[in-house]
Amino acid sequence: MLLDFALFCVAALFCVGALSLYWRSRADVTRRVYGLSGALCAAIFVAAVAPRGAGALTTTLPLGVPWIGMHFRLDPLSGFFLAVVALGGAAASAYAIGYGAQEKDPMRILPFFPAFVAAMAAVVLADDAYAFLVAWEFMSVASWALTLAHHDHAENRAAAYIYLLMASFGALCLLMAFGVLAGTTGAYDFATIRATPLDPFKAGLVLALVTLGAGSKAGLVPLHIWLPLAHPAAPSHVSALMSGVMTKVAIYGFIRFVFDLLGPPSFLWSVHPLVFGAASALVGVLFASEQSDLKKLLAYSTIENVGVIFIALGLALAFKANGEAVPAALAFTAALFHIFNHSLFKGALFFGAGAVLGATGEKNIERLGGLIRCMPRTAFVFLGACVAIAALPPLNGFVSEWLVFHAILLSPALPQWLLKLTIPAVGVTLALSAALGAAAYVRAFGVVFLGRPRSEAARRARETDPWSLGAMSALLLLCLLAGVLPGLMIDAISPAAAASVGGRMPMQSQIGWLSIAPIAEGRSSYNGFLVFAFILFSSLGAMYAIKRIWPRPLRRAPPWDCGYVDASPLTQYSGSSFAQPIRRTLGHIAFSVKERLDMPAPGETRAAHFTVDVGDRFIAYFYEPLGEAVTAIAKRLNFVSFLPIQEYLALVFAALVLMLIIVAL
Amino acid sequence: MTGLLFDLLAQAAQMALTLALAPALVGFTRKVKARLLRRRGAPILQPWYDLIRLLRKETVLAEDASWLYRAAPYIVFATTWVAASLVPTFATGLMFNWIADLIALAALLGAGRFFLALAGMDVGTSFGGIGASREMMFGSLAEPATIMIVFVVSLIAGSTQLSEVAAYMASDFSLRVSVLFALIGLVIVAIAENGRIPVDNPATHLELTMVHEAMILEYSGRHLAVMELAAALKLLLYVSLIACVFFPFGLAPPDAGLGAMGVGVLAYMGKLAAGGFLLALFEASTAKMRIFRVPDFLGAALMLGLLGTFLVFITRSL
Repeated sequence: MLLDFALFCVAALFCVGALSLYWRSRADVTRRVYGLSGALCAAIFVAAVAPRGAGALTTTLPLGVPWIGMHFRLDPLSGFFLAVVALGGAAASAYAIGYGAQEKDPMRILPFFPAFVAAMAAVVLADDAYAFLVAWEFMSVASWALTLAHHDHAENRAAAYIYLLMASFGALCLLMAFGVLAGTTGAYDFATIRATPLDPFKAGLVLALVTLGAGSKAGLVPLHIWLPLAHPAAPSHVSALMSGVMTKVAIYGFIRFVFDLLGPPSFLWSVHPLVFGAASALVGVLFASEQSDLKKLLAYSTIENVGVIFIALGLALAFKANGEAVPAALAFTAALFHIFNHSLFKGALFFGAGAVLGATGEKNIERLGGLIRCMPRTAFVFLGACVAIAALPPLNGFVSEWLVFHAILLSPALPQWLLKLTIPAVGVTLALSAALGAAAYVRAFGVVFLGRPRSEAARRARETDPWSLGAMSALLLLCLLAGVLPGLMIDAISPAAAASVGGRMPMQSQIGWLSIAPIAEGRSSYNGFLVFAFILFSSLGAMYAIKRIWPRPLRRAPPWDCGYVDASPLTQYSGSSFAQPIRRTLGHIAFSVKERLDMPAPGETRAAHFTVDVGDRFIAYFYEPLGEAVTAIAKRLNFVSFLPIQEYLALVFAALVLMLIIVAL
Repeated sequence: MTGLLFDLLAQAAQMALTLALAPALVGFTRKVKARLLRRRGAPILQPWYDLIRLLRKETVLAEDASWLYRAAPYIVFATTWVAASLVPTFATGLMFNWIADLIALAALLGAGRFFLALAGMDVGTSFGGIGASREMMFGSLAEPATIMIVFVVSLIAGSTQLSEVAAYMASDFSLRVSVLFALIGLVIVAIAENGRIPVDNPATHLELTMVHEAMILEYSGRHLAVMELAAALKLLLYVSLIACVFFPFGLAPPDAGLGAMGVGVLAYMGKLAAGGFLLALFEASTAKMRIFRVPDFLGAALMLGLLGTFLVFITRSL
């Protein structure tokens, strides 16, 4: 019943996309489409979190291939992800009711937006390979169309092209993974796949293909290159969805394959999520701390967070392979908790970036500044989201990273030497990226919202509309709730963890005083609510006591700045000067930096120039040679296009024979 | 009921004690350093006199300062104070010990640093930015170093709760290489995080090497007083942390009576004095290093922490 209702809402979302074409000449089409999308997302959210008993709900719709149909299933894992998708979709719709009004050409977005949300919901509900891939491709194509919404800019077209390439590559990998899974039985529904065990070689092949397929969608390094291009190109509410939700759907794909369809894991499966996750976390955050495009910064930070999630999933696999169900549940819960958290605060951050973009027309942080005075509410929400994503207590980002650290602290019990040597290195990478994340967000918030405005546009900015503010604030409120009451969240995740790794963390709601204790009381515990209460109490108490005892006046005066009176706000620290120490000390790990200083000789009056180029080594050393190689091979094979028909047919025949030989082997 | 009341009182006593002793520890360190340099030095309670004088002054606020600038001192103070109350000073098993663990303590200090750096950027002067940028660079090395040290001690003690760690360390006193690494690493982190020589010099203004002072350059009056108090609390926190984890002697056990607690307080004061003396001795005998040498200094702490973690991952006995 719940599943049917959810599927009905998904279908209705597709219809809203189509209806927008019918309504296109009406003045209120934006409001109608986003309003309906938001309402449907809210309905899906209710269906996802409504209590539905222990088992899974399944249904088969007579769609697609005749006599086979499309299978759908709602189990604890897909329920969790469905809730994430629906929540993100609802927030983005509410935000877009306000933000979408600024759009010059709304019909480039409106038909695709509901379809995008619906496709993501369909992916997590799919229960056979056909439904999964169709939904997955719908998700890719709809988001590609949305990335191309502002196609009058050449860089957006290039971004959409690269996105399409990566998405096709990923889908191809998943298609082949399903092919190997289905094997000779030819059954594509998940129930049969689950029941059929695979030999280790085939399992390894599927694992590699899934990591490529889901990893390219999630933005795992080195498959990340499309994210920082596509997110700035898309409209802000779409970037929020792509970054906060679509990457999570990709991770869902990974989890569904590796924790469910592939059967019992080997400990070797955990190594590559750990290593690639750690690489993504560090590379993502280092790039994020260098960007001057605000949305690009957020995109790189998504890569970091995806890395954190993959680290947690790798730990969960390692524990599961060794039969340690409770630590596996802890690591898996940490991963899902971080997925939920990231969808909340990354949504709020992209909404904030969109509000800034709308108010100033600027994405370049070097031309912003001082927005906290003219956009106080946006600034407050953005600050809160920065604190959350920087993993600082008492907000939610801290709790999930805390859980990951505790999973690492349990891993000396693992017997394999490979893991004993890998996990401490992963741990230090995680700690480093968490601290660098704080630096990146101090820079982002400080340069955009604090200081003095660096351009006329920043000086003239006005607060954004109430719909956008409402959506942002709601997400921040959820961040606070998940941060101060983490026990409820952990208990809500625990059925999904139990289904995937076969273990449960202790019920957190039975521990007194709203504390959480992931393993056992006495070993480690954290109480977000009391930490929050004590911070609030001691800061307000100090403020009140001091003002009460020594009520001294407050006077405004020009800043002192060591006596140096400067006229121009350009003398402030800029984003690139803020990043310089990190660029010098740690930057060489991830990117190639070229700093050029053009300093006039004494006496010359021209201005000095300083430019920094931060180059992505993955593009320079991997993708560019790859592109060149493909072009070269294509040129060599060009003659095939001009063959006579007999030779074409001979070629096709030869290919067919080759394929049959491979299958026969 | 009386048990709860007693626990609350003990916790309140610890919070008041840290608050009262923090400026005195700064004063004591300055006094020792002055004596080592053949000066007489200001009275030990001078930092307290300074704080009170600052609180009684008019507060001047830069024209461009936002609400964040006014709220930041209190946020920095609150996070530092909460973090400081998590560390067992004279007794283990106090109420606060259970609401957060060592990882949360590192993160609370990170939250303080976050707002301190933002406050530095708020007025829109170049000095604030320079301080914030450098502080975040130091922090992004010091925080992972702290986490790795936390890994070492909590893997050995089997808990991340400071009370449990202290109790384990007091019961099982065997010399371990990993613990030694952790101790050296934590001392390095403490020196860097508190802006002491050789990383930063809290006694100077108008020097291009300054970090902490650059961020709070525009503060005055009560805001400055609260910031200074937070900085003093942070120093006390690190000394207490080192004392509690590596030298957990004299700590009153949970459910101890007033007598044991009195012993605990005396032992704690002794440890603070020893810590302050060693800090002054170290500061008097080294010179400030260049800013881009600091990452090497902190990198050493990070490497020590990582080595220690590898050691405990590989074998429990080292």
